This record gives sequence, C-alpha cells and structure tokens, in this order.
Amino acid sequence: MAYTTADFNPDFALHRRRQRLSFWIVALVLAALTWATAELSGFFRVTQVTLADGSRAEAWVLAAGLPRLGEYLEKTLPVLRAESLGSDFAEWFWRWKIWAWLLLETVLIGFLATVFGVIGGLILSFPAARNLSPSPVILWLTRRVLEISRTVPELVFALIFVFSFGVGPMAGVLAIAIHSMGSLGKLYSEANENIDMRPVEGVKSAGGSWADQMRWGALPQVIPNIISYTLLRFEINVRSSSIIGYVGAGGLGQELRTAISLQEYTDLSALFLIILVTVMVIDWLSEKLRHRIIGMEKTA
Amino acid sequence: MEQSTLTLSDLSRRFGETKAVDRVTLDIAPGQFVGVIGRSGAGKSTLLRLINRLIDPSAGKVTYGGREITGLRGRALREWRRDCAMIFQQFNLVERLDVLSNVLVGRLADHGFLSSMAMRFSETERAEALRALERLDLLPQALQKAGTLSGGQQQRVAIARALVQRPRIMLADEPIASLDPGNATRVMEALKTINREDGLTVLVNLHTLDTARAYCHRIIAMRAGRVYFDGVPRQLTDDVVRDIYGSEGLQEFSEAVTSTAARIKVSA
Repeated sequence: MAYTTADFNPDFALHRRRQRLSFWIVALVLAALTWATAELSGFFRVTQVTLADGSRAEAWVLAAGLPRLGEYLEKTLPVLRAESLGSDFAEWFWRWKIWAWLLLETVLIGFLATVFGVIGGLILSFPAARNLSPSPVILWLTRRVLEISRTVPELVFALIFVFSFGVGPMAGVLAIAIHSMGSLGKLYSEANENIDMRPVEGVKSAGGSWADQMRWGALPQVIPNIISYTLLRFEINVRSSSIIGYVGAGGLGQELRTAISLQEYTDLSALFLIILVTVMVIDWLSEKLRHRIIGMEKTA
Repeated sequence: MEQSTLTLSDLSRRFGETKAVDRVTLDIAPGQFVGVIGRSGAGKSTLLRLINRLIDPSAGKVTYGGREITGLRGRALREWRRDCAMIFQQFNLVERLDVLSNVLVGRLADHGFLSSMAMRFSETERAEALRALERLDLLPQALQKAGTLSGGQQQRVAIARALVQRPRIMLADEPIASLDPGNATRVMEALKTINREDGLTVLVNLHTLDTARAYCHRIIAMRAGRVYFDGVPRQLTDDVVRDIYGSEGLQEFSEAVTSTAARIKVSA
C-alpha cells in the first residue's frame, strides 16, 4: 500500500498536536520558574519605608527604592559651571596623575593576563577536545582543570593571591590569567572539536607525533577563531582588571574602593567615566582588528 | 634503500560485530605494484590502515622483512609510518598551509619537539621538498595555500609529501576516486613512475577495474573482509569480477561504467 496524502493528514495533525503541547508545557514551566525566582529575590516585597517627611509607610520596595537610586547618582555628579569649566573639571579629576598611572596599570594587567591565559588555554585546549585528546583520562582531567579555573570568580583568586604574594598587580595578573585560561581553553577546545580531522590524520600517517598532529593538522584550522576569542577576552580582562584592585590586586579598583568607603561621590563618577572610555576604545580597536583579520581570511 | 617483503598473517579487524578485515594472509614482494579492488565496505581501506598502523588489528600480525610491525610503539611506530607512506582519497592536506609546508610534513617523523613546534626545517630538507614538487610539476604552486589547488594538484602534493618521507612502501587509499579522468590519469602515472624509478612497493585501493588492469602487476580482490582473488590482471575474468562485486542481478557488468581514467597517456 502506498503512503498517500490521505494517510499523511492524520499523521500531520498528530505531529502538530504534539508540537503545540510541548510548546505550552515549556512555556508554563518557564513562566512558573521566573515567577518563583522573582518572588525569592524579593521583587514583590512590600516593606516599611521612611518617607521624606519622616513618617513611615508601607510601600513596594522597587518603587520606594528608585528615587534613592536617583539620589545616589545625583551625588556623584560633579559641579560644572560654564564660567569656570576648566577649574571645575580640574577639581573633578583632581587625582588624575594617580588615575592615569593606575589606568595604565589596569590595561597592562589585562594584557599580561590575556597573554598568560592564551598560552595556558591553548595548550590545554587540545587534550580537552573530545576528538583530539590522547586519552579519556587526560580529557577528563584537563576539562576539570579548565572548569575549576573559570568557575572560581576572579575576585576569589585575587584574594588568595593577594594573601600569598602581597598587594599589587601581580596578584591581579595571576587571578585574571587563570580565569582567562579556563574560559579561553573551553572556547578553543570547542573550536578544536569542529575541525576537519583529515589533515590531522595526514600528519599522523606521515609519522607525526601527537604534538605534531596538533601543531600542523589542528592549529592552522583554528587560528582565526583563536584570534577572535582572544581579542574579545582582552576586552573582558581590561574590565575585570579595573575592578580587581578592590581586593588589593592592582589597577583602578583600589581607587573605586577608597572613593566608595570615603564617600567621595564625584570621584566615583570620574573613575566610572575613565573605565567606560577605556573599555569603549579597546572594544572599538579590537573590533577593527578582528574585522581586518576576518577580511584577510576571506581574501586569502 | 633496502626493500623487504611485507607479510600479513591472519590479519583481522573487527568493528563491533562487523569483520572489516577477516584473516587476511598475503606476501607483498618488494617493488610490486599491487591493486586492491572490491565493492565499498569490502575492507580495502581498513586493510591499508592496518598496514600503516592508523588502526590496530584485532588479531594477526604484519611483518616487514621479518620485523613485526603490529607491536611497534612510540618512536619506532612513527618511523614505521614514515617508511610506509600513505595517500588518501580526500588528500588529507592542511588546506590553510602552503604547499611547501604540507610537503615538509613528510619530514616531521625525524624532527624533535621544538623544531616541529617552531616549523623549522633545514635547507637540505627544503631542497628535498622542492625537488619532490618539481618532479610532480608543482614547483610554481609551492607557496600557494594547499586549499586553493585543484583536486588533482592536491593529490600530487600528497604524493610529494609521501616522497619526502623517503618511504619503502607507498599506500594509496582510493587516490583517484575524487578526481576527474584527466587528473586521475596523472596521479596514476605519478605512482607508476615512483614504482618504476624509485623501486617503491605500491599498494593501491581502486574501485575502477580498468585502472587496476592498466597499472597493477598484481590484483587482490576483497569481499566481506576476505581475500577473494589474488593474481595477475589477466586472470581476472568476467565471472570472477561478477562474484567480487556481487552483481548477479546485473545483466552485463561493464567496466566502463566504473571507469574514471582517461584513455590518454600523460607523462608524470
């Protein structure tokens, strides 16, 4: 008996019903989860707040808190007058010599941490790729090492390294480098898992060792991905290194901490502006660079 | 270079329940040009990979001049793979690297870790690679990326890579299956030249009977992992062919149907 359109129609209806059912199940589960987590995080909390005139009232926290957020931000705004803009500006950025130096330190921490992270991540990305790993034990081990390095937050690593190596940028470099190694190693190994295995087999068949197979057969295929991931990581690392000084690991973060604890509100906005501009510049430069490299790949 | 006899004794390889190669026993004399034929899945490819040790046998052994190959490990295994060069249906080149670097891959077995990681080769090695390329008419393409070459050119780069391994045996796994007739002929002629001039043993998997007849001294036919026929081309009668390919249903089995070789002579 041939399978005809008449046979197809009931099959199709059933198929559609099943699809629709699974859609609604997934949608309901997601909605319930979202509601439950919002409830747990206190989004719907109603609490006693002090009003401007000193009286107490019941209010929804989110609504009651928003004006205070504005109040805080307002405090960080510097006083800038048109007639004395130069001196007002100088006052806003009164610690600029220290900040410029710390900014340089921040970028250098980000750079050096990226260098170390790339080296570590690249070496581990080959044994951590399912298709390339020399043995299941090594695969399991390297994957766990990468997982641990990227799961522990940079600030935790930084605290440990400040404790062991003292206050200063070295602790920051190590902390961010280890985290980068974990993240980059994971991304690189995923790129490795998508390569064409035939060149690797070609190198193997010519008598190449495992390292030769990686260097000659695998690496040339993933270089564009590696460059792209590395530039993205550099941006992220500069961002991280601007906060890592909070625990004494070098860079602008230590100034942020001082400004917050001494309630130097306008310093906060100045520092924020410096970090924002730096990250934007690095973002822009690395995007240019990445596009140029991608363009080269296409014409080559 | 000293050549010896390659011997397969009771060589088997299973993949799960499938016996890809089933108790194959063969002697391949030095300098022979041997064609292996058989339908897809007959175990031809597995047989070649077992010889080069890209895969390990489930049972049996391979010996070369009395030396057991199947037990080799580490450096000795890498040296065996170098001595027993292999070319593939899909060329297996590193497409992003230039042609010269691809040929130099053939010298990696003799390199230490650091020089290999730094991609450093001696002048002598580079000269050898260029000679191999010149021999295969590929010198002008030496600095092009391998991926930009045509299939036929890529296969000749693979042959050049195999040559700089200074091998004793050349294995070719369906080397012309992805090529058009003109390129297929050039590649087969190149293998023939290497066999005649360098005295290398050549073992080539083919799915085209007329190519096998035209180039091979000896034809081995496999069926379901076993050697079904082993003899000179002239002994390969139509009846035998029909059995090998299991084409009982076909009224007339035409060799021309499977042919990819152009009937013109091109010197390699």
